[in-house]
Parts: sequence; structure tokens; C-alpha cells
Amino acid sequence: MNDGTPRLGHGFRFQWEPAQDCHVLLYPEGMIKLNRSAGEILARCDGTRSVRGIVAELEQTFATAGLAGEVESFIAIAVEKRWLRLEQETR
Amino acid sequence: MNAPRQPGPPMWLLAEVTYRCPLHCVFCYNPVDFASHEHELSTDDWLRVLREGRELGAVQCGFSGGEPLLRDDLEILVGEARRLGYYTNLITSGVGLTEARLDAFKAAGLDHIQLSFQDSTREINDFLSHTRTFDLKQKVARMIRERGWPMVMNVVIHRLNIGQIGRIIEMADELGAEYLELANAQYYSWALLNREQLMPSREQLRAAEAITDEWKAKLADRMRILFVVPDYHEGKPKKCMNGWGNVFLTVTPDGTALPCHTARMLPGLSFPNVGDSSLRDIWYDSPGFNRYRGTGWMKQPCRDCEHKEEDLGGCRCQAYLLAGDAEAADPVCPKSPKHERVLDALAAAERPGAAQRPLIFRDPQESRRRCAEGA
Ligand code: SF4
Ligand code: SF4
Repeated sequence: MNDGTPRLGHGFRFQWEPAQDCHVLLYPEGMIKLNRSAGEILARCDGTRSVRGIVAELEQTFATAGLAGEVESFIAIAVEKRWLRLEQETR
Repeated sequence: MNAPRQPGPPMWLLAEVTYRCPLHCVFCYNPVDFASHEHELSTDDWLRVLREGRELGAVQCGFSGGEPLLRDDLEILVGEARRLGYYTNLITSGVGLTEARLDAFKAAGLDHIQLSFQDSTREINDFLSHTRTFDLKQKVARMIRERGWPMVMNVVIHRLNIGQIGRIIEMADELGAEYLELANAQYYSWALLNREQLMPSREQLRAAEAITDEWKAKLADRMRILFVVPDYHEGKPKKCMNGWGNVFLTVTPDGTALPCHTARMLPGLSFPNVGDSSLRDIWYDSPGFNRYRGTGWMKQPCRDCEHKEEDLGGCRCQAYLLAGDAEAADPVCPKSPKHERVLDALAAAERPGAAQRPLIFRDPQESRRRCAEGA
């Protein structure tokens, strides 16, 4: 999955919600409140970065290492829930 | 009495923008006296309501009615709602939807359309065979899909169409539905007037669920199907509206703010109008919205019941309609002293042929006649 490029699933919208004081995912008739790390990951799932790239960026932003496992498993769950679509690099 | 907990913000602003509708559904959820509330908020009023709702923290905005397409400022309202950051939902029968309007909704940023499969004729049994209806739905469904919206359909199920549920699902599939809600009629408003004719027997319901399960398995890869079981048959009160004044804020065409779209009928409660108070005051401070929040208002058997947090005593409107007391346990609950009224209705549905009375169609004339009679 590392080469895949995640983007939001059809019908989902990601935004900051002041009244909830967190990032949320909006979808038909519902809302998912996101914790801080989910918000940081999803904010980067805009179809321009690979999973590998997202991990690298987060590690840099938060000056840490070893985030790959957490990010990958979150993205895997999010894909299963259709919050995200994973586009594989073709070729 | 416990003080009600301070509620969070509403998640939903439901804008019932008009009671006008070209259709005459026998299960319509609009109030029976809708024709006596003809006044409609202006565009500017609605824009203010949208703004106040968003400031209050609402994230979902539903445009419904009546038929919301009958407001020719709907594109403006949707555009503003989207700009404010709402997830925008249009709930429509599709009657009056054109390519041009859909393009305008797309440009306005409309997120989601739910197409309700109503009967556009007065021949309820024509529902499925009536080609004009089907052609219309097919056309509308295609136009919606072509513009990249998912096809989401809702069909109200009742005694007169439940026998054809397989055909309904098949048709939804032909229309490219990705999500199908099969909602058993709920007995309020017009559906209550027609309850005898609309309530399915247990056997009908069982068969329909079995058929739905087969289709669920068959279409698992492309359609999600939700079958909403009627609370009468289940004998289980529902947590109505997910709690009174908890999730939903409904604004009716004339600007009356309600915790649910039928709450206006409850006696002894007055609900504020958006012309007189801000949505914030309405949500947090109005007696109407606070009246049945939480569990503090309950009497027995709910007060000491282990399920009271789960179902909050069921539906206040149903308690009022069936038990004559809005503070009573919802009579669908077996613990309700008035539960036999629900059992009687269920028993009537078991009699072959059921009701012979003619159906009462939702229309303004009928509505006015009933207001005049005080019914
Ligand atoms: S239920 Fe039918 S009659 Fe009532 S508002 Fe909806 S489409 Fe119109
Ligand atoms: S008694 Fe009241 S709280 Fe208990 S299950 Fe029945 S309706 Fe719900």
C-alpha cells in the first residue's frame, strides 16, 4: 500500500469544525469526529501524496520516527470504511 | 426532577422550505393541517436561518418539504449552505428536477441527493406498473448519476406495496441505486389517518424481510439496503429523533422551529418562530426544546425503567396520539398501560382484506376541510 495515493472517498468531506473543536468527516447524513492523529493523516490524503510520502511528512512535522505502522493501519481501516480510496500507482 | 443536561449543538438543521407538493402521498409526514400554515419564509429569512444554524454548530443541512424544488430560490439556499460549510442534502421526489436545475445545484456545491420514490399518481397500486412514474424516475436517476452524485433512494413501504418489495429492490437496482432505504410507514399525520389501510400483517412483514435479505446478499457488491422495521410490530420504542432537542433542529416553512417535524401537534407547548428568536436561544433556552430533553420529565413506567437512557421513553408524538398523554411511555412499549391500542391495531392488520375504507390522500383541500372540522 505504500505506493498507493489515498484520497477522500466519494461523498466524504473533511473539515475543521470549530463547534466540535476537532476535524470531522462529513458524509451523507452523518459526521465522524476525528482525533488529532486521524485529523493530521486525513488532512494529507488529498490525492497528491503517497502513503510513504504522508508518513515522511508527518515524521518531519512532528520530529519523530516510526510512524509508518500507525499511519498504514489507520489508512487501511479508513479504506475499508470507504472514507478513503487508495489509488495504486499504475505501471 | 433532574435538570436536563446542557445539550451539545444540533448536528442537523432540517429546512422544510415549503409544504407545497405536487404529490398526494397517503403516508405523508407533513402535518394534516399543513394548509393552514401557508405562509413561507422569504429567501433572506432562510439565509439568516442557515447562518445562525451554522454558527450554532450544525453540520448537516437537509432541504425537504413538501417538495423543496417548488421554491425557486432553492439553488441560492443550497449555495449559501454549502459556502457556510454545511454538508448539504436535498430530499426530493424528483418531480420538477431538470438538467438545468441539477447543473445549478452542482455549481452551488450540493453534496447529496436523496430521491424518494413516491407515487406520482393517485393509483397507489400503479406505483410499480405506472410507466410514466418509472420513466420519470429513470430520467431523474440518470441525470443525478451523470453529475457524479451517488444514487440514494428511499421508498416508504406499507401494506399496499410490501408484497412487491422484490420488484422495488430490482427497480432500484435498475436505476443504479447505491443505497436503498426501505422505510416502513410510520403512523403520524396522514399515515395515521390511513393506518388501517397501510399497516402490513406480520406475515407480510416477515416475507418482505426474507426477500430483502436475499437481495442484500445478491447485490452486496453494489447496493446497500436498509430495511427499517416498524416500531409497532417490534414492540420496541425507538429513540425518537435520537433524543428530543438532541440532534435535530427543524424549521418549518413558516419559520416555526421544532425538535421534530410532527412536534407542533403536542398540546400545551409553544414553539418559537425564527422571526422572533435566534436559533441559539431557540435551541438552548426555549421551553419547547427543553420540555422533553433527557429523562427528567418522565413518569412511570419509564422513570424507573432500565431502558430509559436507551430509548428515552420512545416518541412523544406517538405517546400523545395513542395514549392521549405526551408524557406517557410510548404505547408501542409492552410496559405502557395503553399498549393494547397498539396490539389492537396490529390485530386489525391480521384480518384478511383489512380496511375497506377509502384512502385519504394528502392534499390542501382535504387538509383545509379537516382543519375546519377541527379534526
Ligand atoms: S410524502 Fe409525498 S405528499 Fe408528502 S411531501 Fe413528500 S412527496 Fe409530498
Ligand atoms: S417503559 Fe419507557 S423507558 Fe422503558 S422501555 Fe418502555 S418506553 Fe422505554
